[in-house]
Amino acid sequence: MGYTFSSGYTVLLLAFGVLPTLYAIFLAFTKGGAFVGFDNFAKVFGDYRFFPAVQHVAIYLVVYLVCLTLFVVLLALVVHAIKVRWISTSIRFLYYIPGALAGASSVLLWLFLLDPSVSPVAFLLKAMGLESFVQTVSIDNLPVIFTVIAFWTGAGGWIVIMYGALNNISNDVMEAARIDGAGPINTARYIQIPMLRKWISYMGIMSLAAGTQLFVEPRVLSQASKGVVPPDYSLNQLAYLFAFRQGDFNGSAAISLILLVVAVGLAAFFVFRGGLFERD
Amino acid sequence: MASQHRRFTGTLALTAGLAVVGLLAGCSADAGPTSDNGFGFAAAEQDPDSSITVWVDAAREPIANAFKEANPDTPISIETYDGNAGGSDSFKTKIALFDQSGEGWPDVVFSTQTNDTSWAAKELNGTQAFAAPLNKGVLDDDFLEGFTAGANDPMTVDDAVYGLRNDLAPVVLWYNQKLLDQFGYDIPTTWEEYEALSDDLAADHPGYILGSVGDSFVGTYVYYWGAQAPIFQLKGDTFSTDFADDHSTRMTDLLDHMVDNGTLIQDSVFSAGFVDYADKLVATPGPAWYSGAVFQNPDNLNVPAGEIGAAAPLYWDGEDKVTGNVGGGVWYASSHSKNLDAVSDFLEFAISSDKAIELASGLPAYTDASDAWLATQAEGGYFVGDFEGSVNTAAGSVWNGWGFPSFSPETAYASVVVPGLAAGKSFAELVPAWETEIKNQAQVSGYTVK
Repeated sequence: MGYTFSSGYTVLLLAFGVLPTLYAIFLAFTKGGAFVGFDNFAKVFGDYRFFPAVQHVAIYLVVYLVCLTLFVVLLALVVHAIKVRWISTSIRFLYYIPGALAGASSVLLWLFLLDPSVSPVAFLLKAMGLESFVQTVSIDNLPVIFTVIAFWTGAGGWIVIMYGALNNISNDVMEAARIDGAGPINTARYIQIPMLRKWISYMGIMSLAAGTQLFVEPRVLSQASKGVVPPDYSLNQLAYLFAFRQGDFNGSAAISLILLVVAVGLAAFFVFRGGLFERD
Repeated sequence: MASQHRRFTGTLALTAGLAVVGLLAGCSADAGPTSDNGFGFAAAEQDPDSSITVWVDAAREPIANAFKEANPDTPISIETYDGNAGGSDSFKTKIALFDQSGEGWPDVVFSTQTNDTSWAAKELNGTQAFAAPLNKGVLDDDFLEGFTAGANDPMTVDDAVYGLRNDLAPVVLWYNQKLLDQFGYDIPTTWEEYEALSDDLAADHPGYILGSVGDSFVGTYVYYWGAQAPIFQLKGDTFSTDFADDHSTRMTDLLDHMVDNGTLIQDSVFSAGFVDYADKLVATPGPAWYSGAVFQNPDNLNVPAGEIGAAAPLYWDGEDKVTGNVGGGVWYASSHSKNLDAVSDFLEFAISSDKAIELASGLPAYTDASDAWLATQAEGGYFVGDFEGSVNTAAGSVWNGWGFPSFSPETAYASVVVPGLAAGKSFAELVPAWETEIKNQAQVSGYTVK
């Protein structure tokens, strides 16, 4: 029976996960079907767009992951501390709603918010010295903009998960902390956050995977800004350009493989540091 | 988290898609076109009942629908896409995927970019060139001879015509006669007079403008191309760009001067903010298609009749009277099409029919159509001055030193110059980074950079 349940997943994993990966590995080390060693990788490393793209994604990941972790944990703790049930439920619902918007449509919504000539929050943008859409989407602002968009669409779901995890902390533990004189801050610091460690690691891995694949947001912004946001901003975009603008599927596969190796390495770090595979 | 899951699934789907098209490419390697069939290339086996798929941008959708209505027996499927506008490369991207899968190509494609021939006429990754040569049997010579001289040159390789020009887009000098009369200015005829006018205007009537540098097509095709600046040149497979040339530096200085005195603005001509200049635009160099897209457009400047006129293009005093060119769409036919008869019927209809003239928003490239279109525009009484003569002059004087490589100059301008200007830098300060970006793009596009 167990095999039946897992077979569907296994078949899909093979068809859409393992086989494409093997095909990408084949492409990355060949050219026109012939083995070329690391030539494709050398070409990618030598491309003038590669390291800026690495830098863009790295800066975005740092800003995004730090903000996500801090605010999700903080907001989950705050919501968990609210004892009035309808307020707590309403807030969780509100947090979750933006996540219902698909990636591209949420970017479209943000296009309006980020354009000072039509934005309902134009006064905020102007207060920050941003008078035009071109100024708003300047390359230095993009990590923050993408972080805001990703947080807005994704954080609600994580807050709800963290809230669930907080509910799982035994009442005895919480009561013991209270009896020992721990206030909300000490309880969070010494009890709740350490016990959320696995969930935070899980969030880190998933968000890291999503973050390294940054594509939809810069792609839509690039088209909307008529190219002011460069079409080669992220690594995934660069892989896309290699494949479809230059017709170089081998170079594209090499970039994908580099991304895979880095993402797996970082995920392993989160898994071991977060004790994700440890049993309580 | 929902978005992560979606993204993860999306990535899986994309990866799987790539794998599948890759496998299909392997399987379908032998299933290509078979014989010449009298079309001058290895065409697919023809089937008169086969439906043709036509890709158009939003502006060309009406003419495609008109063909469908006029030819109810021709099976046709019309799909709209972004028209490859702004160097988006969507045309090339989609064709690359069909090349991989070995099927699915559209039969006719409209592109707003004139430089697609550089890749569409070449075999890519072992797949036959997408664009079909049209003068070897697909279309009659009589029809092909009806184009304005030189209109199809950018799409002609070794005497084979790979695309048909839909419209010409020579740059003229648009002016507002009402404002010129009110301020007592003459229409400038040279770049020097244009710059001098900007000083008078800035001093006496601040707030009024002489154009915009906020669009990548304006900066490149209107100003630098019109100034004969050799910043985008192609000779064989050798690409060169020379920002130190006298023509380039003079235009750079002119633009910096006019941005400084406020007569050149940074808003895109299609931005929400540009509409505010409806009664502030005294003159501007711009393509012929500004007539419908900017001046007579209720969503843009919407200037009343009797105010706007087109004058002959600006040129450097004492030099050749040449001008720039902003696009001019191109129709391509697929070399994979199974119904080239229907394709040729469609192309002739879209380019030279009465309906095409009626629906044209810019100067048609087909002589009969352009004569009729110009006459209609002139008779309409909207434009002042010698509209017909000026546009004709411009159409015959596009500078032929500009190149058509497989990448667009617009992307470098958009990513380097537009944000640089917004950050307060001058053209002169931005030129080194701009030049580097253009050269880098040429290099990764496979050209030898000089």
